Amino acid sequence: MLLEIKGLRVKAEDKEILKGVDLRVDPGQVHAIMGPNGSGKSTLARVLSGHPDYEVIGGEVLYKGRDLLAMDPEDRAREGVFMAFQYPVEIPGINNSYFLKAALNALKKHRGEEELDAVEFMALIKDKAKLLEMDQSMMTRSVNEGFSGGEKKRNEIFHMAVLEPKLAILDETDSGLDIDALKIVSSGVNALRSPDRAMIVVTHYQRLLNYIVPDFVHVLSEGRIVRSGGKELAHELEEKGYTWLEQGAAAR
Amino acid sequence: MSTSTDTIELLAQQEYKYGFATDVESDTLPPGLNEDVVRAISAKKKEPEWLLDFRLKAYKVWLTMKEPTWANLKIEPIDYQSVSYYSAPKKKTLASMDEVDPEVRATFEKLGIPLEEQKLLSGVAVDAVFDSVSVATTFRDKLATMGIIFCSFSEAVQEHPELVKKYLGTVVPHTDNFYAALNSAVFTDGSFAYIPKGVRCPMELSTYFRINAKNTGQFERTLIVAEDASYVSYLEGCTAPMRDENQLHAAVVELVALDDATIKYSTIQNWYPGDKNGKGGIYNFVTKRGICKGRNSKITWTQVETGSAITWKYPGCILQGDNSIGEFYSVATTNNRQQADTGTKMIHIGKNTRSTIVSKGISAGQGQNTYRGLVRVGKGAANARNHSQCDSLLIGDRCGAHTFPYLDIRNTSGKIEHEASTSKIGEDQIFYCRQRGISTEDAMNMIVSGFCKEVFRELPMEFAVEAQKLLSISLEGSVG
Repeated sequence: MLLEIKGLRVKAEDKEILKGVDLRVDPGQVHAIMGPNGSGKSTLARVLSGHPDYEVIGGEVLYKGRDLLAMDPEDRAREGVFMAFQYPVEIPGINNSYFLKAALNALKKHRGEEELDAVEFMALIKDKAKLLEMDQSMMTRSVNEGFSGGEKKRNEIFHMAVLEPKLAILDETDSGLDIDALKIVSSGVNALRSPDRAMIVVTHYQRLLNYIVPDFVHVLSEGRIVRSGGKELAHELEEKGYTWLEQGAAAR
Repeated sequence: MSTSTDTIELLAQQEYKYGFATDVESDTLPPGLNEDVVRAISAKKKEPEWLLDFRLKAYKVWLTMKEPTWANLKIEPIDYQSVSYYSAPKKKTLASMDEVDPEVRATFEKLGIPLEEQKLLSGVAVDAVFDSVSVATTFRDKLATMGIIFCSFSEAVQEHPELVKKYLGTVVPHTDNFYAALNSAVFTDGSFAYIPKGVRCPMELSTYFRINAKNTGQFERTLIVAEDASYVSYLEGCTAPMRDENQLHAAVVELVALDDATIKYSTIQNWYPGDKNGKGGIYNFVTKRGICKGRNSKITWTQVETGSAITWKYPGCILQGDNSIGEFYSVATTNNRQQADTGTKMIHIGKNTRSTIVSKGISAGQGQNTYRGLVRVGKGAANARNHSQCDSLLIGDRCGAHTFPYLDIRNTSGKIEHEASTSKIGEDQIFYCRQRGISTEDAMNMIVSGFCKEVFRELPMEFAVEAQKLLSISLEGSVG
């Protein structure tokens, strides 16, 4: 098993947001986490990546059998945890490809692999850039600076393509995308599906899951997973809306 | 608390045990300043009469002057009578590198300073293999074949008095300001460079200087003259933690560029900044000015200021020759309790003169960083152009950045532009980097380097690399 979340409880600003989440993810699987606003979907994604704003008050998370929550964010990244941000941050003054090379080499160094020089790196990213229809200027501009919403999301998946994570967490990657950008991003993600890579796709809408078809769908409501199923669960949700589940949750 | 600051602190504590005030060796004047002291300095240096006169005039003017108070700096009063104004070069040497503090050695390692140079910087007796005097001589002989004079200021006074007499005090007059007057009265040594007509100095005047800069003292005087169509690039300073026994520094640098000449003057300043509570540290009051005397001449100041408790410094250009160009590129960092009030003066006099100002201020801890710049366009300076860019980067929420641009425009045919920005290294940026596998420290370095790159690219290559490392060391521990 790649990831095992057991009874995870998380607090932010004195408010309990996750109230006991359980999830098991094997390599090669794509899990979709759906849920209404405020259900805790993004919190789950950020806690897994090590965001400092959250406090874990219960439960545990094992990643490759190790205590993920005890690891620094950079160590999680180096061990193969990647998060595509819902709101990618702009970093003025740092060229996007330079940044990515620093990131990739940090990963390689951690794994005891040879670091890439600029020439090797440029060769490596050429194809990956094509995959996401990244234009040359997006490589040389500062990280996310002045990127449109769609460009930022494409850039996140481009980072993922280069860093080749074991566990990719996509936090509302579809938000703010028009249909064309959504298709590009989805085909990029699909190309990265592989038997030794797992993905957790966090989304509010079923639309994304038409393009990135999940193996499992989990519905998060008020900090708990209230329903799990196959990809058809997403369609059911689309038809009946989240209120259907919330009523169910309340009735439990 | 960062190790590097500890390092410098330890180094400084070690130094202050041997502070100048208690030095009783025969070649050191007792504390205090009066006319006899000025005469004694001149006599010890066997100076000609005209130079003694210069000093005495300056001393008399200094007596009538007051320290400037307009800077955005909080400074404890300085007792000028408790300072010794002449002290022979260091006598204390350590027997081997083993006696140097291991933390200091670690900092040297981080900066990649070669071993022999580490010894020089730490005051360890040096092997015959790497004798700085002989290295210097080799360089000097090579340069001399091209007619370039490069020597200490004292030597220049003895060997090239006509040149020194012709230019000394012509750019920074002894009446210029309190600290310049003080320097003019009591300066002990410094550097002199003269590039003859049509000669392009083939090397950075830097390697030599870095090695020899260690004893130039607190009242340093530098004069560089570039004759018609000559070129020189000069680098002052040292990226390693420098031994220094003096708290008060008041240097004067004068540059003279004649027709079609170019002078690039780069500084890396890393004096002891004081401890994190603001105790100790160098007071750095510097007057640096260049004159583009000839037409089409160019002077570029590049500075990376990371040290000193107080930095008061405005390297400027007098653009007298038509079509002359003045440039100022600056990175100033203040961490902990450091204060910097720095900037430039661009004085446009000739026609079609151009100036560029790029100032990058980085404040961390409780550091206070002030940019203060003057752009003056005289009546006759038709078509003058200036572009100023002042950017501030804040790290944490207890530091400050301030910008005081002054414009004095008396000819309206020109074009003056000023841009300013303030940004903050946010935790969200750091987290983004960490999520990609980049450590907090490396993320900081990347962001700061990105912020400073317009200035770093003006530095000679090898120093740009060191400046970057130095910056990261001086900001260590300021985030996360």
